[in-house]
Amino acid sequence: MMRLERRHETSRAALVLAPIGAVVFTMAVSALLVLWAGAPVGRTYALLLQGGFGSVFAWSETLTRAIPLILTGLAATVAFKARLFNIGAEGQLYAGALAAVAVGGMHGGTGFELSPWLLFPLMMLAAAIAGALMLLGPALMKNRLGVDEVVTTLLINFIVLLGVSALLDGPMKDPSAMGWPQSVSLQSDLELGKLVAQTRVHTGLLWAVSLAVTVWAVFKYTVLGFDIRAVGANARAAAFAGVPVTRTVVMVALLSGALAGLAGAIEVAGRTSYVTLDMSPGYGYTGIVIAMLAGLHPLGVIAAGVFVAGVLVGADTMSRAVGVPTYIADVIVAASLIAVLVATLLTQYRVRFK
Amino acid sequence: MNTTTVLRLEGITKRFGSLVANDAISLDLQAGEVLALLGENGAGKSTLMSILFGHYVADEGSIEVFGAPLPPGNPKAALAAGVGMVHQHFTLADNLSVLDNVMMGTEPLWLPVSRRAAARTRLLDVAQRFGLPVQPDVQIGSLSVGERQRVEILKALYRGARILILDEPTAVLTPQESEALFATLAQMVAQGLSVIFISHKLGEVLRVSHRVAVLRGGKLVAEARTADTTQAQLALWMVGHAVEAPQRRPARSVGDAVCVLDHVSTVSDKDGGQDHSAGLREVSLTLRAGEITAIAGVSGNGQVALAELLSGTRRAISGTAQFMGRALPPSPARLVQRGVARIPEDRHAVGVVGDLPVWENAVSERLRSPVFSHWSWLVKRTATRLHARRIEKAFDVRGAGLMAPARSLSGGNMQKLILGRALLAPEQPEAAKGDDNRKHPNRAPRLIVAHQPTWGLDIGAVAYVQQQLIAARDAGAAVLLISDDLDEVLALGDRVAVMHGGRLGEARPATAWTREAIGLAMAGATAPRSKGAAT
Repeated sequence: MMRLERRHETSRAALVLAPIGAVVFTMAVSALLVLWAGAPVGRTYALLLQGGFGSVFAWSETLTRAIPLILTGLAATVAFKARLFNIGAEGQLYAGALAAVAVGGMHGGTGFELSPWLLFPLMMLAAAIAGALMLLGPALMKNRLGVDEVVTTLLINFIVLLGVSALLDGPMKDPSAMGWPQSVSLQSDLELGKLVAQTRVHTGLLWAVSLAVTVWAVFKYTVLGFDIRAVGANARAAAFAGVPVTRTVVMVALLSGALAGLAGAIEVAGRTSYVTLDMSPGYGYTGIVIAMLAGLHPLGVIAAGVFVAGVLVGADTMSRAVGVPTYIADVIVAASLIAVLVATLLTQYRVRFK
Repeated sequence: MNTTTVLRLEGITKRFGSLVANDAISLDLQAGEVLALLGENGAGKSTLMSILFGHYVADEGSIEVFGAPLPPGNPKAALAAGVGMVHQHFTLADNLSVLDNVMMGTEPLWLPVSRRAAARTRLLDVAQRFGLPVQPDVQIGSLSVGERQRVEILKALYRGARILILDEPTAVLTPQESEALFATLAQMVAQGLSVIFISHKLGEVLRVSHRVAVLRGGKLVAEARTADTTQAQLALWMVGHAVEAPQRRPARSVGDAVCVLDHVSTVSDKDGGQDHSAGLREVSLTLRAGEITAIAGVSGNGQVALAELLSGTRRAISGTAQFMGRALPPSPARLVQRGVARIPEDRHAVGVVGDLPVWENAVSERLRSPVFSHWSWLVKRTATRLHARRIEKAFDVRGAGLMAPARSLSGGNMQKLILGRALLAPEQPEAAKGDDNRKHPNRAPRLIVAHQPTWGLDIGAVAYVQQQLIAARDAGAAVLLISDDLDEVLALGDRVAVMHGGRLGEARPATAWTREAIGLAMAGATAPRSKGAAT
């Protein structure tokens, strides 16, 4: 029989060994699958690493991919910190992307005759508000009616995607797209500049990093940050101490939704310039993984986002070279999440066999 | 007395990290005796019993029950060997009948029919044999606490327990119910059963046990025949040094009314009946400056509602509640602002946010005040840390420092942190002095609401908390002390009122009460007795 016992104190060694053990475990599990696919393990991993981080080009692709992941990771971090389980970042991302295009691309590209200096902040604001509104409903329903937000936010994703589909075939359809369901494009003067010439990395990376630092500062230095952490850790005690629990949860919902909405706007402005139905390969869901990998630490989200992006990008290269399906990247990400969660558990509990 | 050894613990040692919870403890239990296991919280009583009952596995040592070794870590084996446990917090399903609760888990799941008739006969038989009258078909939810405890005992006996472990059984009982329990125990041991009676109350240990084993700091420090010992001797063993009984000092000067409740209800009579004890019914109470008003009562009779009402976490639905001549604000933050210090019953679940560091918990109630934040938004790091340090010093909070999570504090130190947070006024910045003091809660509290402030603390911490309450009273605060512990109520209360079924009796001077009168009032002697009682 096996049992878990709470450790009296967490040793320093355990804190150091836990992440190392998690990495080793992940590599070992994924290696089995690589072997199964009939590829040499060492070379596969080397190719994956090289494809993700081995060259300037690899880094540029990884960072490009990391931008939306960091933002959705932040969205999940803010929400989960207050125990508001927002599974709807995917839908909020699309809502933000649509709002960005609605402000910055419709009206025959005239942009309401506004200067881009005014239109750009309007576009970002619209995206943030659109994302925030997506989460406001579930947060209020959780608070007033006790409706589980995991269910509502998850289901809203599907509604949003269907709505996007309708819009892309209707009012927002790009007439010059040869019948493809894709939205009109943003005005070109609203697009984000490139960070490095000849690559796809855009200044959205600066947005993502500075938002991560902002969230970190809010958590650490503000009353709202204390409220969020207190409500998440123990809502009853927080309420007793005078924290306005409902208001905090609503604030968290608005912030989290806004971050996911910005992820959509920044993807549009920085990479695609229009909305399609396959614009996000599940960035909203991967954001949850990234938040957990980062231990809900906003700065950790940057590292976790880059790591996951690197694995996803590297897997493409690796797949072309050795013929292991790119799904191995999903397995690595998933296994690393489980490994980190178990490792964290083991720093707090010990396993006893008898 | 028979001298058959029914239970033998041999060199039981259990470590949690660097903490030795049980250190080579050896104990015998004879047939037909009540062995009292005495010790303060954290002395290792619960750990030892959890090992016996199979919840924990001992690092060293062995257990023999009726001469046969007991396999470690297996509650089922313990049950089968005849060890029964009655936990302090009952493990009964409120929405099922007595019979259902007793049968639960005794029948194999794949049996097509439940043998209720046989079970009923057996239950009634057991009940009669041990003098524990019971109505098998009454729902648990409609029973009083004493009756529920009886069902717990019956549950153990029904499963054939020959050794019964009672964990702090009198904590939830009125004095009269405790007497009834002692009579039951006497009848059980007369029939050859053995009882381990866990307690930290010296009086009842002397009253009920044949032998006493005293634990302190995980070690068995003394074992004696109860007849050969005294209360002072037991206290000395338990604490390790001489104990001063808390001294009763009457209030010096009683001032004006600080808080007045007038016919306050938190439930309406329409939804009454079933949930008769949870809310307040037409409660009137006046709390005066410089006086401790103590509320006695069996837990679950509305004390929680009263404490929550005055802590800002529950609203009244009728009646008026006034504080300093104005309506009592139904919000914790505003109560704190206006000078209410609150000490909640459950310090782990409500008092502190365990995962957050000590310093944040120390200032959590006043974080929005201009003393601790700019524009109620940006936390002033220096001011908050300084105040946390002041609390740590003034209230002697000992732990791993201000940055450690509050969860890591011991119960006593956690309570000192909560006391300090509630009682110690922040030092006000010079510029803010003279401003509207509603925004600057820089004074000593006017009202202290303390709900079970000493529950589960060791004797030293109990004395400390009680002294602080008396000191605050002498400094002119009105103190409301809500406690299940009759000794505490009588030791501290200047006036005492008794709560039963959500109603509060008249607050009379403590000297006007006798223990017996309080006991009767706690049982609701003046109010109609609850129906559905199994007696």
